[in-house]
Formats: sequence, C-alpha cells, structure tokens
Amino acid sequence: MRSDDETLTSARDSWSGRARGCSNGWVNSEPTEAPGEPRPPEERGTPVGRRVFLGTVGLGALGVVAAPTLQRGLEGFLGAAAEKDPTGLTGLLPNGGGFRYYSVTSSVPHRNASDYRLTVGGLVDHPKTYTLDDLRALPQTRLVKDVQCVTGWRVPDTPFEGVRLSHLLDAAGVRAKAGAVHFTCFDGAYTESLTLDQARRSDVLVALRMQNKDIGHNHGGPVRLYVAPMYFYKSAKWLSGITVTEHVEPGYWEHLGYDVDAWVGKSNGRDDDPTS
Amino acid sequence: MTLRAEAHTPPVTHVPRFGPVQKWVHRTTAALMGVCVVTAAFLYVPQLAELVGRRELVVRVHECAGLALPVPVLVGLVSRAFRADLGHLNRFGPHDRVWLRAALHRDKRRSSRPAAKFNAGQKIYASWIAGATLVMLGTGLIMWFTHLTPIMWRTSATFVHDWLALTIGIVLAGHIGMAIADPEARSGLRTGRVSREWAEREHPLWRP
Repeated sequence: MRSDDETLTSARDSWSGRARGCSNGWVNSEPTEAPGEPRPPEERGTPVGRRVFLGTVGLGALGVVAAPTLQRGLEGFLGAAAEKDPTGLTGLLPNGGGFRYYSVTSSVPHRNASDYRLTVGGLVDHPKTYTLDDLRALPQTRLVKDVQCVTGWRVPDTPFEGVRLSHLLDAAGVRAKAGAVHFTCFDGAYTESLTLDQARRSDVLVALRMQNKDIGHNHGGPVRLYVAPMYFYKSAKWLSGITVTEHVEPGYWEHLGYDVDAWVGKSNGRDDDPTS
Repeated sequence: MTLRAEAHTPPVTHVPRFGPVQKWVHRTTAALMGVCVVTAAFLYVPQLAELVGRRELVVRVHECAGLALPVPVLVGLVSRAFRADLGHLNRFGPHDRVWLRAALHRDKRRSSRPAAKFNAGQKIYASWIAGATLVMLGTGLIMWFTHLTPIMWRTSATFVHDWLALTIGIVLAGHIGMAIADPEARSGLRTGRVSREWAEREHPLWRP
C-alpha cells in the first residue's frame, strides 16, 4: 500500500504541474479532486450524487405507495396494447401480457388426447376415469369473466369453456358424508381444494378451452380447473385427479400461507373487484 | 526543480486510476449483479422459466445474490481511496453541468465534455444504480419475508421490483455497452492504470 501511495502522490504532483501550466479555463473553477484534503464545501462542489441516490430511493418508496393506482392504469393500457401486438413483446413487460407462467416444479410432462386421463374418485358411488374425448362429449359451458391473480395481475374478459364440475360430481354420485373436493395435477406437485358447496357452483369448470382455443400446455392444458370467483391459484393447471373428501385439505400454496377460501376481493388481504 | 526536470523528459505514459479496493469492489459487485440479472431472467421471461423451472432454487440463488449485492461497497468503505472516489462521484462542479447539457444535445465535441476523474454521466449512473439497488433490496425483502408485511404491500413491492428490474436491465446494458466501446476505460478497471493520453482526452480536469 505504501508504495502505491507514493506512486499516486508523485504522479499527481507531476501532472498537476502540467495542468497548472495549461490554459484550460476550467482548471481554476474546478474542485481539486485530491483525496484526503478537506476543503470548503463550495470548492468541493454540490453533492448532486447524494441527491440522485436519495431521490432514487425516495421514488422507489413512493412507487410502492402509489403502486395500486399505477398498476391499475398500466394494466388497462398494456392489456389493450397486448391485444394489438403481433410481436408479443408486450408479454415481456411487467403485467403486460396478461398471463404469466408459474410452475412449482422443474418440468411438467405433456399430455394430449391419447394419454390424458382425469379420474374422479374418493367418497363417490361411481368412480370414473375420463379421456379428453369423454370430456369434450359432455355438455360444455362458456364463461367470460376477468382473471385475477393474487400477485396483482388481472386479465379482463377471458373466455373459458368446459364441463361444469358439478356435472362430474353428480355423475359420480357424491356420498352423504362428503364435504370437500381435492384436486391433484399431473405436474406431480400442485394440489388444490374446494368445499363441496364451492365446487358445486355453476361458475366452477373443468376447463378445456381458454381464450377460444384449446388450453395449451403452458396454460395448464389440456385440462385445467377454472374457479371463476376465486384468485387464480385456485384454478389448478394440468388437472388430473378429482377426489371427494370429508374435509378440505389445504393445497400447495395454502400450505405456504395463502387463503383456502380465496374469494377475489375478500381474501388474502386484497380488495380487488370481484370476478364472478 | 523536479517538476521542471520531468517536463523535459518524455511524458510518463501511464497514470494510476484505481487501487486494488476499487477494482475488487467493482468486480464483485458486477459478478453479483450478473447473477441477479441472469436468475431474474430465469424467473421472469416465460421461455426461460419453462426451460429452467425449479422456481424455488432459482429464487434462493437470486435472493442470496441480491442480499450480498451491497456488501462489496460497504466493505470497500474501510479504504480511504475508495471513500475518496465516492466523494468524487458525489460532488458536482460547474463543468458537470456543461457535460450534461452537451450530452442532452448530443454534442460529442471533446471541448464541450469537461470531466474530472469521473464525468457527469458516470456520477449520475453511480448514484442512481446505488439508489436503485437499495430499492430492489427493500422491495425484494418485502417479497421474500411475506409474513412481515400485509399482502397489499407485497403486491406493491412486486410492482416496483418488476418495473425497476426492467429499467436496471436497460441502464446496465448501456453501462456495459459504453465499457465495450472504450477498451482503455476497461483496462483502467482491470490494471488500475490508464494512459496519460487517454486521461487528458477523456478526463481533462482530473489530476491523478
């Protein structure tokens, strides 16, 4: 260190000698930037750096406070822009593309019409396994409602089509002591639950189509759950099993602290407008 | 006497610009920032998220790198030379206003870009990225320790974290782009010294 300091000093000395000799008009008005020499504030310059630093931190804090308002505005704007965006680039902007891909596992197997199966079992009189074609042959219901994620994003007027869950439950013959429905997924990890009353609602679907197309793998296809009135984590992707149980068994995210009864606007400490 | 004697000998070709502390603070901060950016891409860009999956592991790496990000600078504060450079970055003189005005008007003439050890653009960048890092750290902690704050806060913090991440990505790309365009500046951070010719051209008011 000592030798470094000496080099530094000698170099500075030699160069300041040269600088003094040159006729650069700035030199005199310039703060001398030599370390370790205290100087009066006006000579050291204005602490703009500190102001930029504190300003950035302050803006960040303000951003957190103003986020709900900003987010609503941006979502409206970007949602509209995304519909007319052939490049899909808006999808990379925060909240821009509508849906986001969340998976809790490293990879999810693909299923198609030939190997997809949905089993309905548990406290029922007639357990049954459905193929994709079986499900397509059942009466289809179409719902067009907003999708609200608990992390904040909302996709307006999203059409879902599929079989009412109540239809599958009625066909299976739910036993008297049953009180809840548990869902499992072929990603091998995700689970969800509804009370029997919730499951029987007319706005709860075993969905086969979303946004007027068959549900693709990334959106949880070929078959996902769609629980219209609740936050979207209830709408389990890659649905493969429906088990009627006596009591509600909390699902994947609910073990991590999310509300089991996830009504939009009335749970998880949020006040979003209801979706259904 | 010595000064006069030196003026007649061929000029010293190199001048010291950064000591070992500045070099290592920059290196470690850059590495940690790189980890943050790459893991963020894995978490955020759908195609990459599908490729990598393993959300919990990637989140953990991202959290650790983010938490460590301010550490090199804080450790560097023990060094007097490093503190002196922070002082240079902080203080703006009249020439910095000239530099900024020229930058706004895309005036690239050397004479309209007066700069001391750091030019005004570097000063603004350093202050902004430091502030932005703190905001990312704060919002990141809110998202991480979910039980500490109501979910409303977490959603708001996510919003700020996402948009600021995008902004930092763009600004960082600019920072790296400018470094790529100036090999001498990069060698200054690598070896600690720059040629006198470069210093007089790029930082005419700097007296090393």
